[in-house]
Amino acid sequence: MDEQDVRSLPTAQPAASEDHLEPLLARARTGDFDAFQQIVLRLQPRIYTFARRLAGNDTDAEDVTQQTFLALVEHLNQYRGEAPLLSWLLRIAANEVHRLWRQRRRQRESNPPDDDDSAAPLARPEFIAPWRDDPEQLALQQESRTLIEQALAELPEKYRAAFVLRDIEGFSTEQTAEILGISVPNVKVRLLRARLMLRERLTRYFGDPERRVVPDHDHG
Amino acid sequence: MTCEELLRLINEMVDGELDLTVAECRQFAEHLAQCNPCQVVVDNIRKTIQLYRAGEPFPLPEPLQRRLLEALRRRWQERFGSITVGQADN
Ligand SMILES: [Zn+2]
Repeated sequence: MDEQDVRSLPTAQPAASEDHLEPLLARARTGDFDAFQQIVLRLQPRIYTFARRLAGNDTDAEDVTQQTFLALVEHLNQYRGEAPLLSWLLRIAANEVHRLWRQRRRQRESNPPDDDDSAAPLARPEFIAPWRDDPEQLALQQESRTLIEQALAELPEKYRAAFVLRDIEGFSTEQTAEILGISVPNVKVRLLRARLMLRERLTRYFGDPERRVVPDHDHG
Repeated sequence: MTCEELLRLINEMVDGELDLTVAECRQFAEHLAQCNPCQVVVDNIRKTIQLYRAGEPFPLPEPLQRRLLEALRRRWQERFGSITVGQADN
């Protein structure tokens, strides 16, 4: 593993789907539904995938996707493009998922305390092995994609939310905290736990057992 | 620095930047240089994040897409009165 690998995590990719949305938006504002429809078709995979990952199931994801674009109809004339349209929509979708969660928590009555878990010890990495394939390759294969999405869906909701917003979509820690209504240190703790849980799970799938590393001691 | 202390520092590693003090950074590098398990763990985490960022998003299944567009069309009509086709401003 080279030096650079250790130091750098991937950066958020620019949203290619944002290209040339401005002319369509301008037409939509004049009442052109066809232009609006093209915007929706262009952005719906990003919104749906995001909602599915955040919500953890298809039904909520469909609902959230619909609510998000309905909000765009409502605010089409207010939206002036200060933030890129995609991040504006992602935020609405995130709020929508969060609203669903709050609603269900109230219905369940028995509120599990949404506590700060910074005090709890970290789960020690157990299965440690270099991966057999590149992430880019794995992301292309249907079989591994299913495993990847399943691993995420099975994370506890609060950890999943931090990971999806911060690591996948590239919202800042502050923005993530604001969307989830928690503190910045809490976002960081949840993010670390999410990363470690996913790493453990995915390395069991994608790690090379022949090259498994067993930690024998802690360095002081 | 212990392995657990190093793991906690990974939390400060975002978007390719390690937001650490110079001293922490040095300790981080020193620990990594001599600890193969931590090297692999850090690499695993980096790849985990790449994995979710790579790959095409899933489009809505066809029937749901139709349902979405119908709902939007209804709301559009409520709001703008009619569905205009083409360049309404010309
Ligand atoms: Zn170590």
